[in-house]
Amino acid sequence: MKRFDLIIVGAGPSGLSAAIEAAKRGLEVVVFDENDKPGGQLFKQIHKFFGSKEHKAKVRGFKIGQDLLKEADEAGVKVVLNATVCGMYQDKEITVRYNDAIHHYKGDAIIIATGASENMVTFPGWTLPGVIGAGAAQTMMNLHGVKPGNKILMLGSGNVGLVVSFQLLQCGCEVVGLVDAAPRVGGYGVHAAKVARTGVPFYLSHTIVKAEGEDHVTGVTIAEVDSGFNFIPGTEKHFDVDTICLAVGLSPMSQLLKMAGCQMEDNPKRGGQVPICDECGRTSIPGVFVAGDVSGIEEASSAMIEGRMAGIAAAEYLGYMEKSELDENLASLNEALDGLRLGMFAPKNRGKMIEATEEGIPISTNLLKKGYVADDEIERFPGVVRKAGIHPVIECTQNIPCNPCQDACPKKCIKIGANITTLPAVDETAECVGCGMCVASCSGQAIFLVDETYEEGYASITMPYEFLPLPQAGDKGIALGRDGQKVCDAEVIGVKSSPAFDKTHLLTMKVPSEYVMKARFFKRV
Amino acid sequence: MNQINDRSRDIGEFVPAEDDDMIICRCEEITKGEIRQAVHDGMFTLTEIRRYLRTGMGLCQGQTCSKLVKGIVARELGVSPAELEPATSRAPMRPTEMRILGNEVED
Repeated sequence: MKRFDLIIVGAGPSGLSAAIEAAKRGLEVVVFDENDKPGGQLFKQIHKFFGSKEHKAKVRGFKIGQDLLKEADEAGVKVVLNATVCGMYQDKEITVRYNDAIHHYKGDAIIIATGASENMVTFPGWTLPGVIGAGAAQTMMNLHGVKPGNKILMLGSGNVGLVVSFQLLQCGCEVVGLVDAAPRVGGYGVHAAKVARTGVPFYLSHTIVKAEGEDHVTGVTIAEVDSGFNFIPGTEKHFDVDTICLAVGLSPMSQLLKMAGCQMEDNPKRGGQVPICDECGRTSIPGVFVAGDVSGIEEASSAMIEGRMAGIAAAEYLGYMEKSELDENLASLNEALDGLRLGMFAPKNRGKMIEATEEGIPISTNLLKKGYVADDEIERFPGVVRKAGIHPVIECTQNIPCNPCQDACPKKCIKIGANITTLPAVDETAECVGCGMCVASCSGQAIFLVDETYEEGYASITMPYEFLPLPQAGDKGIALGRDGQKVCDAEVIGVKSSPAFDKTHLLTMKVPSEYVMKARFFKRV
Repeated sequence: MNQINDRSRDIGEFVPAEDDDMIICRCEEITKGEIRQAVHDGMFTLTEIRRYLRTGMGLCQGQTCSKLVKGIVARELGVSPAELEPATSRAPMRPTEMRILGNEVED
C-alpha cells in the first residue's frame, strides 16, 4: 500500500491552501478530488471578493483559484483529479475510486476538506425538472456556459441567493423575484441592492406554495407567511417561470470523518453534522485534521486561511516544524481569520437582530425588507455626501470587513481607518478627480460618482456596470432608482473600461439634476 | 438519545396530512407520509428509518434527503432535529459499480 506524509481530500480553497503550506515544509502531499477540475467552488465565483488586501479583496474568485493552483504547482503538490475518496478507516487508511479501480493509500496525516452540499426544501412539485440548487445554476452558467433557464424565481436571500441572482441577470435570464421565508434579507445589503436596482422585486416573509407544471416547471405560486411560517390565505402570488433556484443553505459533507470515528456534533450554527475540532482543525483522532466548510459553513476567504492552519498543524504533527514556529504562524493566521469574522455578519452575530451600525446609525429597515436603501434613509450614512463638482457617493450601510475603496482613491477621498468594518466616509476636503478607481474597486458595487453640476439642469452619475453588451455613449434609456423603478429618462454619456477596473465597466449617464440622488441604474429601452 | 429511544413514549396517533404523497427521497421514491407512518410503526432512529424504507440508500446516498428526512422524523417525534443521530456513514461514500468495487489494485 502506497503511503504519503499527508493526504488531503478535496482540492477546493481550503484543501489547496493546506497542501501548499504542508508541501512548502517538505511534506510529500497528495490531494484527491472527485471533480475533473480543481478549485472547488472558486471557479464558479465570478464576482469580486470582500475583505482587505491580505484577504485578496476585490479579486474575483476564479482568479484566486488560478493563483492558488499556480502556488500549489510551484510548491510541488500532487493533485489527483477524478479520484473519489470513498472510504476512510482506522489508522488513516483511505480507499480511492480512480480509473475504474479501488486504490488503498495510507497517510501519516489526513486533512479532510470536502466542503459542503446544497440543502433542499420541499413543496408540491419540488421534484419537477426546473427546480435546481442555486449552486447548480452557478455551475451551469459559470463553468459550462449553459443558461439555466429564461424566467427564474430565486428562493433564499443569503449571499448565495443574492450573488447567484445577479449572475443569472448577467447571464441574460429574467429573475422574476427573490423570495425568503425570513422577515429580513440574510446576505450583505450591498449584494441585495445591486440586484434590487435592476428591478428584481424582493418578497421577504414569503415562501413557495407550489411549483406548477406537468413534466417540467411552468410556474410557481408563493405566499406570505406569518411569524410561525404558516401561509397567510389570500396573499398568494403567481409567476410564470421555467426555473426555480433554491439557495437555502449548505450542509457540511462530513461523512468520511464520521465513518473514521471522529467525534461529531450536530451544530446548527455550523450547518449540521460537523467534527469537534480545535482552531487549527485537529479532530478527536490524532493526525486527522479538517478545514473549510466541512467543519462549519463559512466563506471561501476563511476556508483558505483555515486550510493554511490545518496544513501547518499537520506539518508540526509529523515533526516537520517546531511547536514554536507553528504557534508563530498560527498567531498571524488567526489574526487574519479574526479580521474576516468581524462586523454585522460575523459568525457570532448570526441570528441576532442588529438595529444600528457601529457608528450608531440606524440600519436601513427598507434594505432588510425590500433589498434597497430608501431615498429618505440613504443620506444618513457617512459615505453619502452632497457637494459641488464630481465626488463619490458610497452607499455602504452595513459594517462588513472590507476596505479596498480606501486604498483605491489616489486622492485619499475615502476614509475607513484602522477598523476594517467602519463605514467608509467621504473626506469633503480632499479633491476627487473622477478617476473611478473607487467605483471599480467596490466588491459590493456600492460606489457611484456624481457630478451635480455636470451641465445646466443636468447631473452625471457614474455607476459600476457588469452587463454585456455594453451600452455606448449616446444610447438613450431610462434611469432606475434603488428600488428598480423608473425615475426619469437618461442618456449614456460615456462608458469607461480599463484593465485596472478588472472587468467592472464604468457607465456614466446624464439625468435631470433633481434625480441625482435617486437614479442608480441605467436600462436600455 | 435515551429519550428518543424510549419506545413507550406516546407520540400520538398518525394523522394523515395533505402533503403525505409528496416525494422526499427522490432516488428511492419515498413519500413524506411513508416516513411519518414509519415513525408510528416504531422506527424512532434514522438508521431504522433507512433500513425500513431505504431512504437515502439510492443514487445520491442521502445527499439530498437526509436533512429533510431528519426534519420530518424529528417533527413526528416532537424533538429537535439536532437530537437525532444521523444514520451511519459507510463506504463507499459515492455510488460505485460492483465491478469497480471488486477491482482493488496495488500501487
